[in-house]
Amino acid sequence: MIKKPQMNALGKTLLLFWNSSIGKKLVVAITGLMLVGFLLGHMTGNLLIFQGREDLNDYAEFLHHMLHGWGIWIARLGILGAFFLHIVATVSLVQQNRASRDSRYACDTTVQAPVSSRIMIWTGLTVIAFVVFHIFHFTVRLDPDLAAMKDPGNPERHDVYGMVIAGFQNPLVVIFYILAISFLCSHLSHGIGSIFQTLGLRTEKTRVAIRNLSVAISVLLWVGFLSIPILVVTGGLKDKTDSASHSSERPGPSALAEN
Amino acid sequence: MNLTLKVWRQSGPNATGRIETYEAKEIPSEASFLEMLDIVNTGIIKEGGDPIHFDHDCREGICGSCSLAINGVPHSKESGITTCQVHMRKFREGETIWIEPFRARAFPVIKDLMVDRSAFDRIIAAGGYIDVRTGSAPEANSIPIGKEDADEAFDAATCIGCGACVAACKNASAMLFVGAKAAHLNILPQGHPEKDKRVLALVRQMDAEGFGNCTNHYECEAVCPKEISADVISKLNRDYAAAIVREAVAE
Repeated sequence: MIKKPQMNALGKTLLLFWNSSIGKKLVVAITGLMLVGFLLGHMTGNLLIFQGREDLNDYAEFLHHMLHGWGIWIARLGILGAFFLHIVATVSLVQQNRASRDSRYACDTTVQAPVSSRIMIWTGLTVIAFVVFHIFHFTVRLDPDLAAMKDPGNPERHDVYGMVIAGFQNPLVVIFYILAISFLCSHLSHGIGSIFQTLGLRTEKTRVAIRNLSVAISVLLWVGFLSIPILVVTGGLKDKTDSASHSSERPGPSALAEN
Repeated sequence: MNLTLKVWRQSGPNATGRIETYEAKEIPSEASFLEMLDIVNTGIIKEGGDPIHFDHDCREGICGSCSLAINGVPHSKESGITTCQVHMRKFREGETIWIEPFRARAFPVIKDLMVDRSAFDRIIAAGGYIDVRTGSAPEANSIPIGKEDADEAFDAATCIGCGACVAACKNASAMLFVGAKAAHLNILPQGHPEKDKRVLALVRQMDAEGFGNCTNHYECEAVCPKEISADVISKLNRDYAAAIVREAVAE
């Protein structure tokens, strides 16, 4: 007689967890928390562009070489894994939710839910489209002109600084970037508060602080991410390879102020 | 007052429903919402029609029987009251009022505005109790309970199980109801020993009944006639996460 394989206790618990409403929401919350952490780190790294070409390119080189080049792949797999799980769990929850409310009110009214909470699926789907575009744009570099850019101070390495400025010369790219980041921040203004609620950390005492933190992080990310394309478009950030004679000198605070 | 009513009529659980229009004439402004429906029904009966079916019992906001989504909001847009406590003076002369049943797959329509809320009873049967022989009421001070705990448990215990939270939720989630029931018993020393078992049983029954998942819009707390805070949902999430970990470790 063939013995049926028995699921072990851990497997059984994980399955029960995934199949329960709260379990799946905990997956969304924990992966969401990881992604917010990544966004804060990514934005901080991006802002090095204001320190100048050398600092940004040093940072990019560090990312590509940490842990003998393994570091970036560990991070990428972690982030993509979190992103994938976040989407799979959310799509499954949305399907269940639509099935649970199978008839609509003829007079459909919302009492207090903010718009950001009601468009989560749409802002989320826009972010997916943006992430795909963004990876092909700046990570895979499908555009051969962007891929071929070399740091004038160190031709061995890629010129991230020049690539960002060249990448934002296309107004369509800038418009999509602004739209996607705005949608992302709308997503986060509801999502960050939801992380606390799902992890069970929202109480009468923390309620206001959590709402303020949600808005503050969303606004911070919005300003941080959008400052770069907006300054590129308005001429505040320029690729000065032609005029600055490729000196390895860092632009001092006066040069930044000039920018 | 003279009003126009847009009322959901559905002859049975499997029938197709539709909105029908009724004129509610000469309604006293001091009438309650259900009394207004009684007046309209009297007119319908006199004309030989089928009166509008709706749930009601105590008519003083404590039994949880009355339902109705009034202009899309369960128990109307007036906060902290049930439909039976809504008075017609809250409406404008000549206003059109939309009256629909609580909508959720787990609350199937029985007839017109009556829905079957027995899914809530099955959730309570799964874990909304404590396994002790209570006997007669014990001496009040035999088990000391802190004031904050007593207040929190009592706030949760005010839930009358009307289902407005489910009806207001765009996902038809029962998390506010289940959160209130779990908090009510879990906070008290009498309910504490069975906390994990209770939370797992309540949530599993809630999922089995086909209620949706909470997306933290907090529409439920806005319509709750007892103004129970969505903090009970946060507590339910926390208690569930702890319970499932302890269940896994125990196995």
